[in-house]
Amino acid sequence: MNWEEVIAPRVREVPPSGIRKFFDLVSEVDDVISLGVGEPDFVTPWHIREASFYSLERGDTMYTSNYGLLELRREITNYLKKNYNVSYDPQGETLVTVGVSEALDLALRALVEQGDEVILPEPSYVSYKPSTILAGGKAVKVQTDRKNEFKLTAEALEEVITEQSKILILCYPNNPTGAIMERDELLEIAQVVEEHDLIVLADEIYAELTYGQEHTSFASLPGMKERTILFNGFSKAYAMTGWRIGYAAAPEPIIQAMMKIHQYTMLCAPIVSQKAALEALRNGRREVDKMTDAYNQRRRVITKGLNDIGLDCFEPQGAFYAFPSIEATGLSAEEFAERLLQEEGVVVIPGGVFGESGQGFIRCSYASSLEDINEALNRMERFIKKI
Amino acid sequence: MKSDILRLLEENGKLSPDEIAVRLDLDVEKVEEVIEQLEDEQVIVKYCALVDWDKTDREIVTALIDVKVTPERGIGFDAVAKRIYKFPEVSSVFLMSGGYDLSVKVEERTMKEVALFVAEKLATIDQIQSTATHFMLKTYKKDGVVFNKGKQEDERLVISP
Repeated sequence: MNWEEVIAPRVREVPPSGIRKFFDLVSEVDDVISLGVGEPDFVTPWHIREASFYSLERGDTMYTSNYGLLELRREITNYLKKNYNVSYDPQGETLVTVGVSEALDLALRALVEQGDEVILPEPSYVSYKPSTILAGGKAVKVQTDRKNEFKLTAEALEEVITEQSKILILCYPNNPTGAIMERDELLEIAQVVEEHDLIVLADEIYAELTYGQEHTSFASLPGMKERTILFNGFSKAYAMTGWRIGYAAAPEPIIQAMMKIHQYTMLCAPIVSQKAALEALRNGRREVDKMTDAYNQRRRVITKGLNDIGLDCFEPQGAFYAFPSIEATGLSAEEFAERLLQEEGVVVIPGGVFGESGQGFIRCSYASSLEDINEALNRMERFIKKI
Repeated sequence: MKSDILRLLEENGKLSPDEIAVRLDLDVEKVEEVIEQLEDEQVIVKYCALVDWDKTDREIVTALIDVKVTPERGIGFDAVAKRIYKFPEVSSVFLMSGGYDLSVKVEERTMKEVALFVAEKLATIDQIQSTATHFMLKTYKKDGVVFNKGKQEDERLVISP
């Protein structure tokens, strides 16, 4: 069989995940401490798990509306209004999806025509580029850097805009850098977006994990709601990654287009996850605050710890990642991560995985116990002294 | 800030002022000062360890005793409570709402010792109307900590995007 001919060129074109390669390396080492995990170390709060048992007992095992349960969409729009001051109609402007990942794929497939350019600030979450390629679009990167604490600047954005530019993907608080963008900084971006008639895919899955200030939703900026698709979900704030549940909110024509694809490919998000999400939104505030508080403490410990052992690290203000530079060690990020794994059993992700501008940096997740974070820091210090 | 420091110390009394300062983004000197003040004011009453005695060979029997009190003029609940908590066998005393008035926790080596304590020392106090003794059989959770949970393995993928 000539597999080259069997597999569609569009899929062949997608490069294998850099994380996957590293994953194979890690599986050969025993007893590792991992700062490589992109999900909470907390288990989903008990009240949410318990609500899902009851839901199953009651026999909630059927399909729901393609859009998702209306009562869930109502809670979602209430939440968005209350927390981020953006108003959406639960009927027509909101779609419940299988995680933000699905929602993002739907949006790209709904909007991208062959050759349309999708602008991705780098370092970037690993899915954006492949999803763009699979939708037939052209991924165009725009670099962010340490000097600007990995925030996107209007000037950098302007530079990459062409006639074909159609979409800008924004992910703040950011994975992998932990950067956030404040309201006045986003306003500058909004101006460019308006001028060049772009649509913004705002992946705000880490919005709750913003430390010391309020998260600004891109859709809440003047004039931006009509050109923004807002993505959020339950994975990070409520520690519900495995439930695969998220949502998109956008102007009705966009949600209708996304729904068209969603109804034929996914039909609906699993009802048990939707019921759990409902409980999360209704009664989850206390647990969210508790977890956010814990992340915040770890954030301070790891940022200070990394700087203390000689790895320059700016203060991340969102998500649960620190993104220190390892340039002072003279190693590349790949070498650093591989040797740190083999010599000290600590997993970090080399920044190059997230795009060119991540080179020279490593992503350290602090979604780990303080005990593990401190032990990892000790081992990293020992490793750095050895180099 | 005080309550943040207290919450951390309540969770782990061994935390050093240095660690607390980093975790809460405060100056070490400030943390030390606040802790000293809290100790002086007896807000922090003492530092201790939460022990699972079932895992040791020490024999210990714990009982919760519901005590009904008839308060007399001039002798309120406080005075009765004081007469009770002065006994070293008594580890805690709470004033309760509901069906009885004082909840008394007693720790002894044997059930007989507890029974004798109740019969001879507690029940004989003038204002005490009645007592009901409940022996504790097993600790599942205490002060927010689940006992015998076993080491929880981290089952997350070692790497995820």
